[in-house]
Amino acid sequence: MNPGMHSALNSAVTAANGGMAPVATPWFFYSLAALAVISGVLVITRRNAVHSALALIVTLLSVAGLYLMLYAPFVAGVQIIVYAGGIMVLFLFVIMLVNLDRASKDRQFNRIWPVGLAAACVLMALFVSVIVKGKALFTDRGMPLSESSNTQQIANALYGEAGRMGQYTFAFEIASLLLLVAILGAVIMTKKKI
Amino acid sequence: MTEITALHYLVVAAALFVLGVIGVLTRRNVVIILMSIELILNAVNLNLVAFSRMWGNLHGQLFAIFIVVDAAAEAAVGLGILIAFFRNKETINVDEIDLLKW
Repeated sequence: MNPGMHSALNSAVTAANGGMAPVATPWFFYSLAALAVISGVLVITRRNAVHSALALIVTLLSVAGLYLMLYAPFVAGVQIIVYAGGIMVLFLFVIMLVNLDRASKDRQFNRIWPVGLAAACVLMALFVSVIVKGKALFTDRGMPLSESSNTQQIANALYGEAGRMGQYTFAFEIASLLLLVAILGAVIMTKKKI
Repeated sequence: MTEITALHYLVVAAALFVLGVIGVLTRRNVVIILMSIELILNAVNLNLVAFSRMWGNLHGQLFAIFIVVDAAAEAAVGLGILIAFFRNKETINVDEIDLLKW
């Protein structure tokens, strides 16, 4: 496909996205948001860590659904593959390795939990005041991005296009270095004898 | 039903963030504390993607991807520390992890 034809296709898709209202958006949003928050509550209240992990997977999947509603299909895919598929498997393996039978029988909350809860309530009051006072600031300022070329645009920003470096190419290389360091750290720390 | 704006997503993200903070501050189990940190990072990601939609550009989504990379690195190293600690001390409760406490 030649580049000119491709960009014409993209602009046509953008026009279609901008002109057509999404179907049943409020209902999807409210059910996904309720699912995310309810299973978020389950994550921090369950006694058994495996139940917490499963609730966290539900939260991650519903947040991925919210990304889809925000016209970010690539981030939604990364969320499902990396978070729900990679990080949560890591968590479940560690739950299996560390024996949690004793931990699930004794006290679940630390002794100063009222202080922590109070601090979280203060934080929530701060968020509520920001959201109430700054309501007018959070209106849409731009057209929704094209969903069909989302992955291509992200790739252009990360890897660069037409032989030039993209805006985030250097950050991308640094991120791969970070992952290398994390792999080495995890391997060395879990070795019995170094 | 009103239209869903960026503000709605910010409310959901704030709720998830506060839940994560409650989990970090009150639970004893280190594994669940690490899961609460993942919850916090997800709230931040949701905010970034909502702002990306609000401004109509991609920078928020790119930041969200970098934060996912960071979360993966953090989970790997954190769980590695946890396994090393469990091997030495046979516990995963934070209030029993006080080797550096004088």
